[in-house]
Amino acid sequence: MNAENSTKGTAGTDGIEAIGLVREFKKGPRAVDGIDLRVEPGEIYGFLGPNGAGKSTTVLMLTTLLPPTAGTARVAGFDIVKEGPRVRSAIGAALQEAALDPLLTGTEHMRLQTSLHGLGKAERERRGGELLERVGLTRAADRKVGGYSGGMKRRLDLALALAHEPRILFLDEPTTGLDIQSRTALWEEVARLAAEDGVTVFLTTQYLEEADVLADRVGIIDHGNIVAEGTPTELKAEIGRPTVEAVPCNPEEREHTAAVLARFGEPADGAAKGAAVLLSGGDAGLAEVVRALDSEGIKIETLQLHAPSLDDVFLAKTGRSLEGAEEAVEETEDERAEVGAAEPA
Amino acid sequence: MSADFRNIARAVAWRSVHNFLTNKALLIPALIFPLFFFASFAGGLSAVSNVPGFDFPTGYTAFQYVFVLMQSAAFGGVFTGFGIARDFESGFGRRYLLAATDRRGIIAGYGIAALLRAFVTWAVLTAVALVAGMQIDGSPIDLVGMYTLAILVNITATLWAAGVALRVRSIQGGPLMQLPIFLILFVAPVYVPLSLLSGWIHAVASVNPVTALLEAGRGFISGEPTVIGLAFALGIILPILFALWSRGGLRRAEAAG
Amino acid sequence: MTHELGTQVGQLARRSVIRTLRQPAQIVPSLIFPLFLLAVNSGGLKSVTNLPGFPTDSYLTFALAITFMQGALFSVINSGTDLARDIETGFLNRMALTPLRGSALLSGLLAGSLLLGLMQALAYLIIGLAFGAELVAGVGGFFVIIALSVSVTVAFGTIGMFAALRTGSGEAVQGLFPVFFVFLFLSSMALPLNLIQTDWFHTVASINPVSYLLQAFRSLLIEGWEPSKIALGFGIALGIGTLGMLAASSALKSRLVRT
Repeated sequence: MNAENSTKGTAGTDGIEAIGLVREFKKGPRAVDGIDLRVEPGEIYGFLGPNGAGKSTTVLMLTTLLPPTAGTARVAGFDIVKEGPRVRSAIGAALQEAALDPLLTGTEHMRLQTSLHGLGKAERERRGGELLERVGLTRAADRKVGGYSGGMKRRLDLALALAHEPRILFLDEPTTGLDIQSRTALWEEVARLAAEDGVTVFLTTQYLEEADVLADRVGIIDHGNIVAEGTPTELKAEIGRPTVEAVPCNPEEREHTAAVLARFGEPADGAAKGAAVLLSGGDAGLAEVVRALDSEGIKIETLQLHAPSLDDVFLAKTGRSLEGAEEAVEETEDERAEVGAAEPA
Repeated sequence: MSADFRNIARAVAWRSVHNFLTNKALLIPALIFPLFFFASFAGGLSAVSNVPGFDFPTGYTAFQYVFVLMQSAAFGGVFTGFGIARDFESGFGRRYLLAATDRRGIIAGYGIAALLRAFVTWAVLTAVALVAGMQIDGSPIDLVGMYTLAILVNITATLWAAGVALRVRSIQGGPLMQLPIFLILFVAPVYVPLSLLSGWIHAVASVNPVTALLEAGRGFISGEPTVIGLAFALGIILPILFALWSRGGLRRAEAAG
Repeated sequence: MTHELGTQVGQLARRSVIRTLRQPAQIVPSLIFPLFLLAVNSGGLKSVTNLPGFPTDSYLTFALAITFMQGALFSVINSGTDLARDIETGFLNRMALTPLRGSALLSGLLAGSLLLGLMQALAYLIIGLAFGAELVAGVGGFFVIIALSVSVTVAFGTIGMFAALRTGSGEAVQGLFPVFFVFLFLSSMALPLNLIQTDWFHTVASINPVSYLLQAFRSLLIEGWEPSKIALGFGIALGIGTLGMLAASSALKSRLVRT
């Protein structure tokens, strides 16, 4: 298959498409159990799920580091099994561990990475300096990486992934363990890459907020299956309506308040001091609720609108919350170890 | 000795011995290394007994057996120090500190474990040496003297390593525990008697306490006890000194919390 | 070698050398430990030069050969541990995502072993000679000993790389040290083959290739130019290096299952 033909994948030259992707390991369940996904060029796709759900295994397969047991995928228009070298030349990846050499400096890392990608000497220097500046590491460039903070390591990791100007970027839990400031800085850089440079970003995360803030579309993975997919707004709208909660100034008016709210939707749990309902008309019904309470002469102490979160989506799709699902970590350690060893089934 | 002391010592010793006996990575090197040194020294260097002036009628195998016995006694203590460092690195040591009312029992427990594992090693080493035809000319009382010295060496090394481990509280302190023991063991009459050493190594070995311990041990196995007073004096003074050293380490560990 | 492959090897070699130089904890023990044992053994076993048939009256000269072998043992551990750490930290995966060739990776890594081997050999030989060791083969012998020492170090380094790629664990690589120590001790390390009296030990030492590597070094130090012994030493180093490289290449293929 020549390069020209091979770029005619359905997800285009800069997208990702997977069909029935499976990865089994010798012992244990299927880490990835037949997933289908499609990422459009220039899109930020958030792959959300608890530890051990199959996110990293999927990334390893899509980045050609782990052969799939079944199914196919095309990345940048190239088949991940048959055209590994072409896929690799089109992608950049910052995998789960910030894989850096503590004994080398930032500059030395850039020099090594750019030369491994075959850049000429002058281009190596230019590209290395430019990327270090972009991720804010110019001043630390000549310090050994062993002395970098977690945030600095992640930023260097990102810069290294961009060394050869990839069209598609894979980021496997890029902000795990970072403080809020470092996390925000990384989000800004990723958003800028997609918006200004048109880079397609495949981002795995276990943070709801990260997927919500950053991703154009989100795929939720659990036990190796994609259980929901769509834009954050679509997903939230799909599982339900917002809840409005009203707490009267006079506690004796609680029942009266509940009766008024009941006109706008089904009663909801969780309002200890007042009443709550699932708004049948969505967010738009809030103004009518306020008017109705006012016309009934009920003085309101607090009025809150709760929009559904991605955690609600996860709960609705899997029957448990994302936080609760974290407990599965220990059970999947063997599986993760096997991912590292990459033993075929 | 209080009941608290006994209880904590017993618990610590039990866990250490249990780990030693059930973890192949700990058990096998402890058994293999002394055997290996014994095989390569006693087997490979047997011609050394033909060197003019080498006068040890019990034979070169017995001559090297005593060295390997003392060496395994010392390294048994060092390996116990590794275990202490690992425990404190992983936080298990803090569990001991919390549970023990008399914390000296912690060191005593590690010490008992070190001795028990040394007994296992010596049993295997002695069996192999006897199968290899080792000659013993000393009486049972002489042998008791030799093994008592080995026990005192084991206790000394354990207390030394425990002192380091409790101060460093990380397995990275391993070389610090091991290197001085290694050095002091090898700047002694390892291959030939002191009289056949010359130059700087003779000068150093002449003042090295290990020399007295080796000579006394070799004297016992050949049935011609020698330098017993000095060897046992060292065998008593050194554990006392290193008990103070390890107790200081325990205080540091307590202060670090 | 294509220009691209040359650049890759060059950059990886550079990294390997930088890493080696920035880890004094790797360099210092590999220099100090063999020299300490040399000092102890040359003092402790000096009297064995009085045995009939011992080839020299300087045990220091006889024992100097051992330092080169001990230095090479450190090379196994250092090269293997470095690579295992790359596997453990995911650095190898990062490199796997580039168009890096396996041969470039292995060659580059060996550059660190080569540098370490060179530094060790120079240090052992110069210090040994300064303390009175003989070098019958003269100036030419000096360079041949350095070349042989570097060859052995690199050859042993391939075994360290193989172990790292096979196991992916630094701890497992460290566990090789005792195994190699056994090879060293069960050889003609402390006495020449003709003076080893214990039958089983003599048999083991006679088939142990380490004995012949030692013999090559000793021939230059003690006897002068003995082409057959020198050639055998280089041949064994080449054989070990070739086998190690083949095994490491195969293990690399299994480790890097990139498509």
